[in-house]
Amino acid sequence: MKTYTYTEKKDTRSGFGDALTQLGKTNENVVALTADLTGSLKMGDFKKNHPERFFQMGIAEANMMGVAAGLTIGGKIPFTGTFANFSTARVYDQIRQAIAYSGKNVKICASHAGLTLGEDGATHQTLEDIGMMKMLPGMVVINPCDYNQTKAATLAIAEYKGPVYLRFGRPKIPVFTPANQKFEIGKAVTFQEGKDVTIVATGHMVWEALEAAKTLDKEGISAEVINIHTIKPLDVPAILKSVQKTGCIVTCEEHNKLGGLGESIARELATTSPTPQEFVAVNDTFGESGTPEQLMQKYNIKDTDIVIAVKEVLKRK
Amino acid sequence: MTKIKNLEQLSIQMRRDIVRMVHKVQSGHPGGSLGTVEFFASLFQEVMDYNPKHFTMDGNNEDLFFLSNGHISPVYYSILARSGYFPVEELNTFRLLNSRLQGHPTTHEGLPGIRIASGSLGQGLSVAIGAALAKKMNSDSHLVYTLSGDGELQEGQNWEAILYAAGNKVDNLIATIDYNHKQIDGDLDEVLPMGDLKAKFTAFGWDVIEVTKGNDIASVLEGLTQAKVKTGKGKPVCIIMHTQMGNGIDFMMGTHAWHGKAPSDEQLEAALAQNPETLNDY
Repeated sequence: MKTYTYTEKKDTRSGFGDALTQLGKTNENVVALTADLTGSLKMGDFKKNHPERFFQMGIAEANMMGVAAGLTIGGKIPFTGTFANFSTARVYDQIRQAIAYSGKNVKICASHAGLTLGEDGATHQTLEDIGMMKMLPGMVVINPCDYNQTKAATLAIAEYKGPVYLRFGRPKIPVFTPANQKFEIGKAVTFQEGKDVTIVATGHMVWEALEAAKTLDKEGISAEVINIHTIKPLDVPAILKSVQKTGCIVTCEEHNKLGGLGESIARELATTSPTPQEFVAVNDTFGESGTPEQLMQKYNIKDTDIVIAVKEVLKRK
Repeated sequence: MTKIKNLEQLSIQMRRDIVRMVHKVQSGHPGGSLGTVEFFASLFQEVMDYNPKHFTMDGNNEDLFFLSNGHISPVYYSILARSGYFPVEELNTFRLLNSRLQGHPTTHEGLPGIRIASGSLGQGLSVAIGAALAKKMNSDSHLVYTLSGDGELQEGQNWEAILYAAGNKVDNLIATIDYNHKQIDGDLDEVLPMGDLKAKFTAFGWDVIEVTKGNDIASVLEGLTQAKVKTGKGKPVCIIMHTQMGNGIDFMMGTHAWHGKAPSDEQLEAALAQNPETLNDY
């Protein structure tokens, strides 16, 4: 099996920020907006280099989404930056009407998603955002797995015309995908080939899945690890191809088990190829304060939880 | 004088369009539509610079208009058709299945003239600010116009937008408030008093013009002209336009009852009799 290692840990939000800096130089139509979170979203360089293309909206997310929609009308490509909770739940109707229904080319870039923002607690830990955003017709939903993939995804969505939700996080996590990779929206990436079980993971959970695969390998269980960075549109052929080989699947996400990636996959499998599935996700609850590591353990989304889920699903094959 | 006369004739025809559209499908919002006929006629026929035959979403090098209170779509569709964006016959399809003339305006069906969906209230001003900022970045000296309802100002997003526009000197924007003092549940002052609107906008840093006779073509034209003069001076411009809901049809005037109610056959006949055909009916 392939071994994944890393030499440094970085936050995915920095991947976003660094890509935005690059876009500032390469695409003059790219503009950036924030609701008083320039530093948290790592937008400082873009602001410094292109003050005329940077809009400080104040703590007013609803207006930010509307202004972003309006900027597209003059041909701009707006990237909005705030925390995931304030990028979705707080402004859902603004996104629904002025961006999704109106088909506007806005990139909604959301940091501090999931439990792993840590100590701020449940008010800021959105675990519902993937569900909300994937339900909007025409919305592309992306949750990259490390710094390099987030950077590549940010560059890629600037080239794509249409509304996008890009979800990333706060903690420093292993950088294990290649620098300067090509990011294809809607295209699954197979990190590990295997024959006994398919593990599909998104965002921070991809590293956990790779760790779980290592443990499983030692126990003689061969796991295929697929990274679904694009939850919508979903790469259904890649998932079907894998489960036809393995016969069972575990889905992993830092999100409520209701409404997330796992449910999207379950629906596809139910209609084409019913397959035993286990869900590693937060069990319909709010989060709380704690370190990212403590929270992932308490809410059962660690590599060890993936191992348990794999053993469960294997029994049902 | 011919100019005003022509706009009055157009306004009468627009009233016919509005009540006929709403009557046919027995749904829609005639009250606010009728109250803003003179505004739409003046804005689209005399004030704005635009190219209806070659509609582009970007709208570069033309004036833009955004309707925030999307429920008054009948008056919007009427003026767009009568200004050449699409054939007037298409008004016949208002609110029908597979129509481009949805209950509330949308870009989704590709109707020329519409650049944003509206209906969920309080969002238009933000969108207009974005479009105005893009115009500045594109060195496009054209203006952005909006219309919002007065009741709609109860939505908090408006005040985010009002604060932002003044704080960032969005001075290529003219936002008109349809001040008819009515909303679905009754008088504005009973539902949720808005206080002194002019003082509020002024305190937020806007240049405010009051048009006390918003159903009088000459007054509306004068207000819009004054507003244009005030653009480009570092402040966004607001027109508080006093109107009468249901204007031009006696039994619909001065009440909120016709906010979202369609006339019966007899009521349609009476409404049309009060507004004899001036241009051709669609």
